Amino acid sequence: MLNFLQTTGAHIIDTLSNLGKATLFLFNVLLGLKDVLLRPKVFVRELYSVGVLSMLIIIFSAIFVGMVMSLLGYITLVDFGAEESLGLLVSLSLIRELGPVLSALLFSGRAGSALTAEIGLMKATEQLASMEMMAVDPVRRIIAPRFFAGLITLPILTIIFMAIGIYSGYLVGSVWLGVDDGSFWSQMQSKVEFRHDIVNGIIKSVVFAFVVTWIAVFQGYNAMPTSEGVSRATTNSVVYSALAVLALDFILTALMFSNF
Amino acid sequence: MSDSLVSIRDVHFSWNPRREIYTGVSLEIPEGKITAIMGPSGTGKTTLLRLIGGQLRPSSGSVQVAGEEIPKLNREKLYKARRRMGMLFQSGALLTDLSVFENIAFPIREHYDFTESMIRDIVLMKLELVGLRGARDLMPSELSGGMKRRVALARAIVLDPLLMMYDEPFTGLDPVTLGTIVTLIKELNESLGLTSVIVSHDIRETFSIADHVCILSEGIIVAAGSPEELMNSDSEFVQQFVNGKPDGPMPFHYPAGDYTQDLLDGDI
Repeated sequence: MLNFLQTTGAHIIDTLSNLGKATLFLFNVLLGLKDVLLRPKVFVRELYSVGVLSMLIIIFSAIFVGMVMSLLGYITLVDFGAEESLGLLVSLSLIRELGPVLSALLFSGRAGSALTAEIGLMKATEQLASMEMMAVDPVRRIIAPRFFAGLITLPILTIIFMAIGIYSGYLVGSVWLGVDDGSFWSQMQSKVEFRHDIVNGIIKSVVFAFVVTWIAVFQGYNAMPTSEGVSRATTNSVVYSALAVLALDFILTALMFSNF
Repeated sequence: MSDSLVSIRDVHFSWNPRREIYTGVSLEIPEGKITAIMGPSGTGKTTLLRLIGGQLRPSSGSVQVAGEEIPKLNREKLYKARRRMGMLFQSGALLTDLSVFENIAFPIREHYDFTESMIRDIVLMKLELVGLRGARDLMPSELSGGMKRRVALARAIVLDPLLMMYDEPFTGLDPVTLGTIVTLIKELNESLGLTSVIVSHDIRETFSIADHVCILSEGIIVAAGSPEELMNSDSEFVQQFVNGKPDGPMPFHYPAGDYTQDLLDGDI
């Protein structure tokens, strides 16, 4: 019993200490904004590797998610003669929920894991320590540009995901299954509200971007400098990101869309 | 010693409360000389360099570099102090996404607003010193272990430091590269007027260039002096370390219980 209490206590202290470390780390990263703005070239390079290189997986996933949504929606709606609402169904699902959540999950798998592994390996190969000895702060020079790049790119990727998903849903719904073009778009136009739906969807993606990138860079920076440590940090990065995104999604959805 | 650049006094340090790495290390690193810190693996030789560079803070004691108390400096002052220090890491620690040229130019670009032609001149001069001017466009992945270390050396001296720290500079090199690195350390120390600290356990190479040697063991400096003095030392420990004898005051066996009993216990 005493052993159990001791182990549990040690775990709690460990978790709290890591949380404290992560918060201090985040504070330092945010202070690096000035350094990021002073080095636009470095920032653009990070935008490319974090954002542009994630485009392919986002576009492909959006195409298939939009098509599946449209197909399943049609099968359900057609029984009630409500297939004209297909556009509304596809767009609301993608804008409110699937766009932000799936983009964040894909982003953490593609860019987040790469960030963690890259930073972890830089630590393991003493590159971060060598920077410190060259009087260059690695948090501001290496971490901050990556963090802000992630913060900016995920919302943009999410908007791309939503747009492509809706269009691929349209292709399946109208071109293949024969739902009327006019109804598809007009229902969407009349029912999707800019502030309530689109802005809230984007707010979700900004929150996810913040959390996913924070987890990714912290896990890399805090990794044990061994091959096992880097591999564990990469796994943790994806797992923690996924859990954080799904839990936060519930809280945000409850705050944004529930009427109580 | 009044002319020491680095002064370490009664330093205690531990990674965790159960194992104290230093139990009162004191040493002086004289200006303009090559000082070697030697000792068996795991005694915290590299940790000492990290304390001097301010990457770690001691639990107690004083670490002074050029009169500045390193553990007490704030972030800004510490980074300013580090501009006068160069460190050669065991792995080289080159930035893998930059070419040899850009790796050496990196500290200059970060700290000074020099023109491209000035940066080019400085980088080529440093590369010439280590004999790798022709390798400027190569990427770190295209370099051999010895070349990496020479590039890292050029990068470490690019800001013209007062103090150069070498972390195991002789480990894992072929005899020719080893000779080159030994000569380079000696020549750079003389021509650039540096103060050098070498952390190593390679007796022959270190003794050939060091002016002063400190041997670290069990958390304290157990012996110090010139290489000749240590070679002729009466201390059993120093003799065991210098001559590489497998057993002596430094035991071959990790502490364990009775051998026979241990074997018998396995039968149960």
